[in-house]
Amino acid sequence: MSNIPTDLKYTKSHEWIRTEADGTLTVGVTDHAQEALGDVVFLELPEAGRKVTAGEACAVIESVKAASDIYAPVAGEIVAANDAAVDAPESLNADAYGAWLFRIKPEDGTDLAGLLDAAGYEAEIAQA
Amino acid sequence: MVDFAGWDMPVNYGSQIEEHHTVRRDAGMFDVSHMLSIDLTGADATRFLRGLLANDVAKLKETGKALYSCMLNEAGGVIDDLIVYRFGDTDYRIVVNAGTADKDLIWMQARLTGDNLDATLTPRRDLAMIAIQGPNALAKAALAIPELGSASAAPAHFVGIRAGELMIARTGYTGEDGLEIALPAARAADTWDALLGAGVKPCGLGARDTLRLEAGMNLYGQDMDDTVSPLDAGLAWTVDLRDDARDFVGRAALQANPASRRLLGLILEDKGILRAHIKVFAAGGEGETTSGSFSPTLERSIAFARVPLETQPGEEVEVEIRGKRLKARTVKLPFVRNGKALV
Repeated sequence: MSNIPTDLKYTKSHEWIRTEADGTLTVGVTDHAQEALGDVVFLELPEAGRKVTAGEACAVIESVKAASDIYAPVAGEIVAANDAAVDAPESLNADAYGAWLFRIKPEDGTDLAGLLDAAGYEAEIAQA
Repeated sequence: MVDFAGWDMPVNYGSQIEEHHTVRRDAGMFDVSHMLSIDLTGADATRFLRGLLANDVAKLKETGKALYSCMLNEAGGVIDDLIVYRFGDTDYRIVVNAGTADKDLIWMQARLTGDNLDATLTPRRDLAMIAIQGPNALAKAALAIPELGSASAAPAHFVGIRAGELMIARTGYTGEDGLEIALPAARAADTWDALLGAGVKPCGLGARDTLRLEAGMNLYGQDMDDTVSPLDAGLAWTVDLRDDARDFVGRAALQANPASRRLLGLILEDKGILRAHIKVFAAGGEGETTSGSFSPTLERSIAFARVPLETQPGEEVEVEIRGKRLKARTVKLPFVRNGKALV
């Protein structure tokens, strides 16, 4: 059974989202996703300043098995990428909720209601 | 679990990288029961194989000696790559890939019948197969498999022996020492458990792929298929043209069409991961990767690349990944052998 913290939001494409005090969103991939990907060996993260639309592929995770796109959960501007994770891709396997990928400043008026809560995500992966 | 040619197979049991290192440093095992053993017996068995295969079974002198060969179509494309063991001039075992087994059997039987040869093909779907690979494979397998007796009783390199209801061969697909053991399917689970008890770790298809990639071994359907000549796929060493009188299927096509490309190793110097079908830009022209992944031993990405004939090992080239040009270097295969990096 994979770990699904209740204080985070989720997407069907297996990103987790944490709302920070300054209103930015920190994005990573779930424990379920890292388990399915297997050993992560390379990350390509977006540069700060890049504008993204909701659902836009903006990062790539490569495990030994395959490459997977990571999608922006909402529209906005990338304000930071986790260089420490780029230098240690295996940290995604060790701690999926610690090894964040990027932070995004959502566009004004962004509604997070479309994101899943922990129960919703758990139901989603139980179906798959 | 993934579907592999109709077989449900594990990609990894735990960490794929750990499984890979286990085979390089200790002993791992793979359930390779999807591969098909075919027994060939009869007065014309040798004649049949000399006409069927691009490599020449006549060079097999020692009992049980194995030969790696391509089986070609008339156009010189690779129908399958296989291993044939010679137990006598009228007694052989052929081991073929899972995905090609049905078409191989039809092709072989059609030639037997068409040439009116006295030999019989018996597919052994009753057999399971376990590959035990790594520097400690022989010692650990000897603890678990009574027919092996002791590690020193193991067959010589690239030789198979029949031991009771088993066939034990000193072969593999990892670049390490080890065994491939064909056994009755009913004994497979107990044998697997005994090997586990002896400290042999289960390894999945994922580690099998990175191990064979490091070892410079082709994968059928990826590095060559029935549209690709062995001469363009790094397999010229398996084509034996020495006996002018031996007219094997595909020979005329190979002699009329010399190699047009070569297969080299590629090491990515920039960060990223090479996969199959990535474009390669060399001084002599463009090429393409046929297989690629992360090499756990070298801790960087490697690939096989089909490149222009004039491309030399050691050349700096570029590859294109997601629209970006990255630096790579060509090398002679293999990348790794017996636990040691060669590049």
